[in-house]
Amino acid sequence: MNQENMQEEKSFWEKLLAIDRRIIFLFIIVAIALPLFFKVSMRIPVTPVAEGTYQAIENLPAGSKVLASFDYDPGSMPELQPMAEAFFRHAFRNDLKVVIMGLWPQGPLQANIALEEVFQDEDVKAKNLQYGVDYVNLGFTAGNEVVIDRMGHSFEESYPRDGQGTPLSEIPLMRGVRNYDNVDLIFNLSAGYPGTQEWVQYAVDVFHVKLAAGNTAVQAPAMYPYVQTGQLSGVLGGMKGGAEYETLLGIPGRAVRYMFSQAIAHAVICLFIIIGNLAFFSMRKRRAS
Amino acid sequence: MRREVPLVLTAIVGLTMIVSHFIPPFNILKDLFEDWFFIIAAFAIYLGVLNLLRVNADKLYKKKPDAPFGLVVILGFLLITIPGLFFSGGRSFSDPGTPFYYLYIHVYYPLSATMFALLAFFVASASYRAFRARNVEATMLLVAAFILMLGRVPIGDWMTAWLPEGYRLGEWADWIMDFPQTAGQKAIMIGIALGVVSSALRVILGLERAYMGGE
Amino acid sequence: MPEEEMRRIQPKFFRSRSALAWLIFPLVLLLSLAPLSSEAQETPGAEIDSVRQAEAMSPAPPDNVQAEDNPNDKGGIINISWERSADDGAGVNNVIGYEILRSAEMDGIYEHIGGAAPGATFFSDSDVKNKVNYFYKVRAISRLDTSESLPSAAAFSRVQLFDLSRLTLFILAVIIALAIFYFISKARGGKELYIRKIAGLEAVDDAVGRATEMGRKIFYIPGIMDMDSMQTIAGVTILGRVAKLVAEYEAKLEVPVSRSLVMVTCREMVKEAYLNAGRPDAYNDNMVYYLTDDQFGYAAALDGLFLREKPAAVFLQGQFYAESLILAETANSVGAIQIAGTAMPSQLPFFVAACDYTLIGEELFAASAYLSKDPKLLGSLKGQDVGKFIFLLVILVGVVFLTLNSVLDINLPNLATIF
Repeated sequence: MNQENMQEEKSFWEKLLAIDRRIIFLFIIVAIALPLFFKVSMRIPVTPVAEGTYQAIENLPAGSKVLASFDYDPGSMPELQPMAEAFFRHAFRNDLKVVIMGLWPQGPLQANIALEEVFQDEDVKAKNLQYGVDYVNLGFTAGNEVVIDRMGHSFEESYPRDGQGTPLSEIPLMRGVRNYDNVDLIFNLSAGYPGTQEWVQYAVDVFHVKLAAGNTAVQAPAMYPYVQTGQLSGVLGGMKGGAEYETLLGIPGRAVRYMFSQAIAHAVICLFIIIGNLAFFSMRKRRAS
Repeated sequence: MRREVPLVLTAIVGLTMIVSHFIPPFNILKDLFEDWFFIIAAFAIYLGVLNLLRVNADKLYKKKPDAPFGLVVILGFLLITIPGLFFSGGRSFSDPGTPFYYLYIHVYYPLSATMFALLAFFVASASYRAFRARNVEATMLLVAAFILMLGRVPIGDWMTAWLPEGYRLGEWADWIMDFPQTAGQKAIMIGIALGVVSSALRVILGLERAYMGGE
Repeated sequence: MPEEEMRRIQPKFFRSRSALAWLIFPLVLLLSLAPLSSEAQETPGAEIDSVRQAEAMSPAPPDNVQAEDNPNDKGGIINISWERSADDGAGVNNVIGYEILRSAEMDGIYEHIGGAAPGATFFSDSDVKNKVNYFYKVRAISRLDTSESLPSAAAFSRVQLFDLSRLTLFILAVIIALAIFYFISKARGGKELYIRKIAGLEAVDDAVGRATEMGRKIFYIPGIMDMDSMQTIAGVTILGRVAKLVAEYEAKLEVPVSRSLVMVTCREMVKEAYLNAGRPDAYNDNMVYYLTDDQFGYAAALDGLFLREKPAAVFLQGQFYAESLILAETANSVGAIQIAGTAMPSQLPFFVAACDYTLIGEELFAASAYLSKDPKLLGSLKGQDVGKFIFLLVILVGVVFLTLNSVLDINLPNLATIF
């Protein structure tokens, strides 16, 4: 091999190492968008941590009250909204009563958007659910973890009225619901602060309530220590967690559909990593020789 | 006095918050201080908003190179604030059917989701740059990243379906998440908690004054 | 028989006409009652059935109602527990809920204070006055009827001066605090304390120098949280040191922030830093400005600034969330040197992968001490290490105990339950 060819090869690896990131972006767009046009169903293996969340809700008897805290904004919607819809389907299927709240201003709005979607289902329509009797949306209140702490003593202290301005005492579902002792489970969807960690620290540790959660994929690993200690019944992580939940429910939705897209994207990233390492080792070899 | 008063206030409030964690009767003061903080933070938003409008109006007035961006900021601010304050039709401003809700669903919602979605692209470019087998530790990181990226999606189990159960990529990924990852998280959390304790003690006792603008 | 003889042989009772009446009357009464008894005879157990019917409509009452003061609080709360009704769970008299009743006297009037779902065995009454006796009953409700338990013994709430459930934490906190004070006093006494090198902090000078040479700006991002976060305080503290260097090097600094209170604090910090560097004339309030509280709005604004201004150095020091990688990658794309620092475990991998230097976790809190070389602050770092040593020891001993328990099947204590 002569010097010129070696120069050409060298610049090829150099070019590859210093590739314009926009080319990588292009491959990612194609990897994510193209699979959406193909209806490919993939088997979604379920992890124990996701199963824990499912079982925590499934084991509740009919009529149990679940406090659902929606602590995320539209930015995390792609990951958490499928979990929200699956949760409502699960809760209404099992005749659970849902008390919605939010520590993020956009959270209760996200809950309403999920409810609008779920109310299109025929079996949910058949149940003829009534606001104030089967579910209620308390809205947002400022205060972060202070709200969690105060609700342990009295819900009315933080939420004297629901999101529509009705006093709690006039809402049938809230009669007899004073504090965490009167709810059977807390379900939290969280994208950051305040979120699941604060619910563990201020609700579980202080008031010994049962908590199950769904988090974004970036946050979920930080919740594993709490699952291991039993402070958290389970955690759904990212879109995969949403897909696992839908699989357990037997109602595949958006999360399951989009997993094919995510799988291809991951494979493409792995491919780029391999190419990058090949280029790296070739450059190293050239420099050594 | 300019330095002493804030230091004394910091010490009183900080010690009260710590003591209230162990001595229940102090919870009344703790609740009071927490409420004060939220009230102050809520009013402080006006400082920020006024500053935002002033800085961007200044860009427009002085015709600076990024003046068009200043115009976008001011128009965007007015577009959300005016419908939210004045056009709720007697209902809560964020109820479905209000102009604010319309803007929330059709403007804020897709913009916010798009910004988060950008992470997918940046993860790819960062992975390409960062995951190089430079040494033993970097190689271990690389191998773990591979296992997790493929094991956390169905493609990993599909690729290793021929292996006996318990040895497939998904199970390896679960093992990494349950043990090494969790151990690392716990270790970092313990270190951070101790750092917070030490840092907080320094602030409460007035040893650390730099955040007040002093040495 | 003559009447006299009849009188002689008849008992006296039967000798009078009134006696005869006494005999006839009960007979008539018995005869008149006969139909009733014959009716009873005709439908045997009817009376018993109606009693049974009344009993069947009422659920079994809850049992063993206990009321006691809620421990480790400032008073005002009494916890009530009970054993579920035998009819809780199924059957004709299935319990559909419980009502909790309270009275100030055992035999007084009980008022309804709250409810509980079927299956519940616990209720917390948080509307009581301290040192006042209360009695409680629990009423089981079925679709047809209710039944009440016997009243509980008297209970009263009181203030606990110390939360005993946090005793272990208190002891640990005291040990760590004492260690910190000890090493601070040692450092004040002139003892040299060894602190390992932190590469990210050693690179601050180089980063500022690079920006000066290139004539480009330095951006300092103190995180997206407010002043109630220790990470933000740590980030703002480091800003003071960096700002002083920037003033000395005569470079250009910009600090776009996400919170109003942080803006006010950072302005004070930077102003003071420029004053201490002898360059008050170079300071301008517009160096520190507010963008937005919204996470991704802030990230978008910063990205735009990075792409237009093309800074030479970007400091990302504080509490970050998902926007961390967006900021780091964008800054990398414009060729800026990046020194990041955060105590968010979920964001550390992104900073480590994308930035040139990263302060990991507690290194962020140590930065202020490290940069100032103040003995008091360095002493506090050593005290922190004592705490870490204690945790390491406890973890090691706990792991050994658990391993021996499972391998040798002995019964050493589980330290997790103690701590």
